[in-house]
Amino acid sequence: MEQNNRKAWLYLLPAMAFLGVFMVYPLVDVLVYSFEEGYNFASQQYFGVGWYNYAYVLHNRYFLQAVKNTFLLVIITVPISTGLSLLISIGLSSIKRLRNLFQTIFFLPYVTNTLAVGLVFMILFKKTEYSDGLVNLVITRLGGTPVDFIDGPYWTKMLVLCVYTIWIVMPFKILILTSALASVNDTYYNAARIDGTSRWRMFTKITLPMISPTIFYLVITGFIGAFKAYSDAVALFGTDLNTAGMNTIVGYIYDMLYGNSGGYPSYASAAAIVLFFIVLTITCINLTVSKKHVHY
Amino acid sequence: MNSQDKNQRSAYAAVEKRARVARTLRTAATYVLLSVWALAVLFPFYWMILTSFKSYSSYNAEYIPKFYASSPTWQNYVDAFTTVNLGRYFLNTLIFTVATTALMLVVITLAAFAFARLNFRGKSLAFTLLLALMMIPTELVIITNYATITNLDMRNTFLGLILPSVTSVFYIYLLKENFAQIPDELYYAAKVDGTSDMKYLLRVMIPMCKPTLVTVTILKVIECWNAYVWPRLITDDEAYFLVSNGIQEIRENGFGRENIPAMMAAVVVISVPLVVLFLIFRKKIMEGVSRGGLKG
Repeated sequence: MEQNNRKAWLYLLPAMAFLGVFMVYPLVDVLVYSFEEGYNFASQQYFGVGWYNYAYVLHNRYFLQAVKNTFLLVIITVPISTGLSLLISIGLSSIKRLRNLFQTIFFLPYVTNTLAVGLVFMILFKKTEYSDGLVNLVITRLGGTPVDFIDGPYWTKMLVLCVYTIWIVMPFKILILTSALASVNDTYYNAARIDGTSRWRMFTKITLPMISPTIFYLVITGFIGAFKAYSDAVALFGTDLNTAGMNTIVGYIYDMLYGNSGGYPSYASAAAIVLFFIVLTITCINLTVSKKHVHY
Repeated sequence: MNSQDKNQRSAYAAVEKRARVARTLRTAATYVLLSVWALAVLFPFYWMILTSFKSYSSYNAEYIPKFYASSPTWQNYVDAFTTVNLGRYFLNTLIFTVATTALMLVVITLAAFAFARLNFRGKSLAFTLLLALMMIPTELVIITNYATITNLDMRNTFLGLILPSVTSVFYIYLLKENFAQIPDELYYAAKVDGTSDMKYLLRVMIPMCKPTLVTVTILKVIECWNAYVWPRLITDDEAYFLVSNGIQEIRENGFGRENIPAMMAAVVVISVPLVVLFLIFRKKIMEGVSRGGLKG
């Protein structure tokens, strides 16, 4: 093929310009920010170069709270949503009638605005002086005592956040798993059936190994996604997440940049880099584990 | 017919019957499971529509929420458009979505064409760098982008909203893979006929890769419609709010915090466009998401 250097770079120019200005330069810049001690937008000054920003962030109680919240959210929602979506996808692929209808319904949360539907979850769980809210109504009927899930104790807020997160991430997982299940070759099942293999054995020895790459893909993307949780929490608890005690790591970064404690890009940068390394570490661990258990 | 034969046959019938019962039970259990999840998905939608039709006074009078609206009213929808600037948020989101998506399509098509079709020095290095950029999370670059846009005096402008949202490394990759599948012979034939590269791109490659372009467009539209974090950072003037920010604003100081029916009317209005879009392009969207979508 002929070389057409100049023309090719001309075609690439718009993409390079955008990527250069809004991705490559910021990557370098975020590192610079993170070492400029105590820099803020208002004074445009910093008092030195070093690790102070990292030390500040790692000792900041709001950051530690955010880390705790985020880890809890990840540990709770990833296994539950993956397991539940596997169960539902298996159910979906075993039926014929109404399958399209179910698939359409299950996908709906994907195309909704996180902030908007979060409000619905908030009023379902919220307890006000006018009304205990629907969830509390059910709890009362079942003989429990109503609690305010939105402004109440920590575990209730965490519960609502987990419920909403799972609700939001399920469509993607169901979709991916259903198509993975459909792609398992029928020959294996037929062979197993002739041998009189039990259904459970067929599931653990054929289905699971065949779709294990997909499951691990979902676990890895699920971990990454959950570590970046933010707008779901805003939808439920409002923008002042630090006061609510429900901030996430990403929320902490944005709050440092702008908002109530705003204007400290150096702290935000340090927090963002810490987050990046947490996610990187977890993903590497996931990949190592998957090498052992995934059958290709 | 001897008795042994008869015994055998009745035993066979018993086994068959047991198998049939087990199958029916299994099917029933599957439908129950799927219906329960469908209910869990649909209920928030039902609740938001229902609440949006309850009048302010009757909503607050219901200590135990009712599952129907005794005197349905459109008043909340009128309030949603008159008391707060919902119409303006809508228009802003529309402008933002259309402009960002259009600009992105141009940029990624040109870049994908260069990578798939043209031969130039540094191509493999450039492509490797591009792939490496896919791993960079938004959180890492958003801090500098915020500073960049602020320094350019582009806060509270559409340019400031749109420009950093254009870059999509993954879509360049997706389109490049698709472009590369078009046989070289077509290109040479076109060259012999004296077709220019640009004309070949417009007349041959784009029409042939329309499904991928549609996929990318849909995913980007969903992403733009739900954008929250960047718009929140870059706008504090209500005239430039997108729907996500609008709904947050409404929640925090819109109708006076307690007017939940009007809030739900706004939520319904915001949710409708994407849900309608989804119901029309159901197949395309689900296909697109399973090929290149991520959420969370």
